[in-house]
Amino acid sequence: MHELSIASSIIETVRGEIASRPGRRATAVGVRIGALAAIDADALRFGFDAIVKDSDLEPLRIDIEQIDRRQRCLDCSTEFETDRYTLTCPACGSLRGACIAGEELDITFIEVEEA
Amino acid sequence: MTDVIQVQKKVLSENARIANELREKFARTCVTVVNLISAPGSGKTRLLERTLELLPDGVRAAVLTGDIQTEKDAERLARFGYPVRQITTGGTCHLDATMIERHLIDWDLDDLDILFIENVGNLVCPSSYDLGEEAKIVLLSVTEGEEKPLKYPSIFFKAKLIVLTKTDLLPYVPFDLELAKLNARSINADAEIIETSCQTGDGLTQWMSWLEARVLRNAAVRS
Ligand SMILES: Nc1nc2c(ncn2[C@@H]2O[C@H](COP(=O)(O)OP(=O)(O)O)[C@@H](O)[C@H]2O)c(=O)[nH]1
Ligand SMILES: [Mg+2]
Ligand SMILES: [Zn+2]
Repeated sequence: MHELSIASSIIETVRGEIASRPGRRATAVGVRIGALAAIDADALRFGFDAIVKDSDLEPLRIDIEQIDRRQRCLDCSTEFETDRYTLTCPACGSLRGACIAGEELDITFIEVEEA
Repeated sequence: MTDVIQVQKKVLSENARIANELREKFARTCVTVVNLISAPGSGKTRLLERTLELLPDGVRAAVLTGDIQTEKDAERLARFGYPVRQITTGGTCHLDATMIERHLIDWDLDDLDILFIENVGNLVCPSSYDLGEEAKIVLLSVTEGEEKPLKYPSIFFKAKLIVLTKTDLLPYVPFDLELAKLNARSINADAEIIETSCQTGDGLTQWMSWLEARVLRNAAVRS
């Protein structure tokens, strides 16, 4: 269960952004999580809300966008989304591919308003 | 009035920064660094014991071993005469780059050829934390079921090597080795797979060669 420490890192980033913007406060933070990031979205939301509750950051929201794994076939260049159970290219059947999405664990935006 | 600030930042950017510093330091000093990850009890410490036993004379090795509470693994590994240091995380379910940096502080990396890191027993959390290692190695014992790679895709995706452990137990447990490998390949088609038993010694030659090839390659850069 490392979602709590992931949540704290996200909150630290929000604090850093807000520190350089006097008179404003954050209302939401956007996070992108790939299927291969080993992060459980519900656990992250739970940990995030627990830290924010009763703190000076309330009512900060977390907005989680989940990203599927995408592969690019090295033989025919087809790009395809994949569940976790197969890497076979749907166009040519090749198993040779490169992962082009799904490892994300990124902060994408912070929404702010007048304090 | 609401504004949206666009940010493009890794959540673990601070860990990534320290890990990259470590990686540069390891490259400069030509140390091979491997990070062993598995569920509790899959055989990380046992494999390291056998490895230290089998290391050819002259190879300068050291071990950092992570545990939530105890120093037991460091005690087991210290018998072989190589420097061993325990990292007790005090509840944290993974090692991070700062812990590695802190525990290496007074070790001269120029005096090392290979550094083994035994991560905390956990298949989920350690996969998020870059330690500056050259390779993540995931261990899966034959008593854990063939589906583990599908249930924990992240760590199997990130591993350069998958070690199937405790193969001496195959006669006693219903475990389909070929299915386990197929499942691993459906997450990561590029990882190498080695089957080992620390009990019989099966596969350990192949394991030692895998390590040796990396150590030699990195040492060649040094000279
Ligand atoms: N039969 C058998 N038992 C093993 C093997 N490797 C490890 N074990 C046993 O599995 C248990 C857990 O091993 P350990 O190395 O402590 O696992 P760790 O938690 O991953 O470090 C111990 O009782 C080991 O003796 C093996 O190859 N064969
Ligand atoms: Mg151990
Ligand atoms: Zn194709």
